[in-house]
Amino acid sequence: MNNLVTLIVGLIFGFGLALAGMTHPQKVLGFLDIAGQWDPSLLFVLGGAVGVTVISFRFILKLKKPLLAPGFLLSNLHDIDKPLVVGSALFGIGWGISGYCPGPAIALFAAPNWELWVFFPALLLGYVLQRVWEVRRRPAVTTAPAVKLDSEPPACG
Amino acid sequence: MDTQTIINSLAGGLLIGSAASLLLWLNGRIAGISSIIANLLFSKSHLWPLLFALGIVGGAALFYALGGSTPTPRADFPAWLLALAAVLIGFGTAMAHGCTSGHGVCGLGRLSLRSLVATVTFLSVGLLTTFVVRHVFGVM
Repeated sequence: MNNLVTLIVGLIFGFGLALAGMTHPQKVLGFLDIAGQWDPSLLFVLGGAVGVTVISFRFILKLKKPLLAPGFLLSNLHDIDKPLVVGSALFGIGWGISGYCPGPAIALFAAPNWELWVFFPALLLGYVLQRVWEVRRRPAVTTAPAVKLDSEPPACG
Repeated sequence: MDTQTIINSLAGGLLIGSAASLLLWLNGRIAGISSIIANLLFSKSHLWPLLFALGIVGGAALFYALGGSTPTPRADFPAWLLALAAVLIGFGTAMAHGCTSGHGVCGLGRLSLRSLVATVTFLSVGLLTTFVVRHVFGVM
């Protein structure tokens, strides 16, 4: 049941991304390009999405547990730290160059073109490099990460 | 920006928000795409991130099958620059534990200050970067 829910929710998410125009990197760049012919329509995407979650999450998170799972898997990170700001800035640079964020990069498999074959392997390389860097930076937790991901999922993404 | 664009954008946003709400309500999970990719790569539980990713591809494919316009690849965009952007996005979202969906849609939905800082950061750096790439270096 959980698996069916995940698949259907993914379908809704992907359909929403495509309907909103988020799968067109040039449209996203048109939104980020305020000095060009600015396309503000992505404000409606973000507004619509956050408008729903701000209201629904309030009610959902008051429940004792989710309907089909033993508990909520939420991030327990609260600090405004350097990795948060530096990581988000690096993401912003990549987003501002390419017009892709991770969701639309996955959706590109639905209408593949040359950008997918360059972008997607490099995206995965980015995750691997970050993992390597993380492990090297904190050698004490070299054995922990795989387990840690399972027990306490990273915030979000 | 015509009325149809506004309607599509708003409807798309509402669907994204609804999907994130359903995943939290039913499965207790945050619909964060960068953590889904990280889980696919490094976690032992491959099934749920794989199903979610397949769903995203299927949902977009459905929209295109119903006549929605597919993305047009850029003919003159340098491949090395696209690859560099992708590495930065993978590294950065893994480091910040979230991207547009996790911090932008779900984190803001939880009224998380961390996610607000992340969203303001990637949005403002994104605006600045697009300006530099397009108007200083002239890459479109």
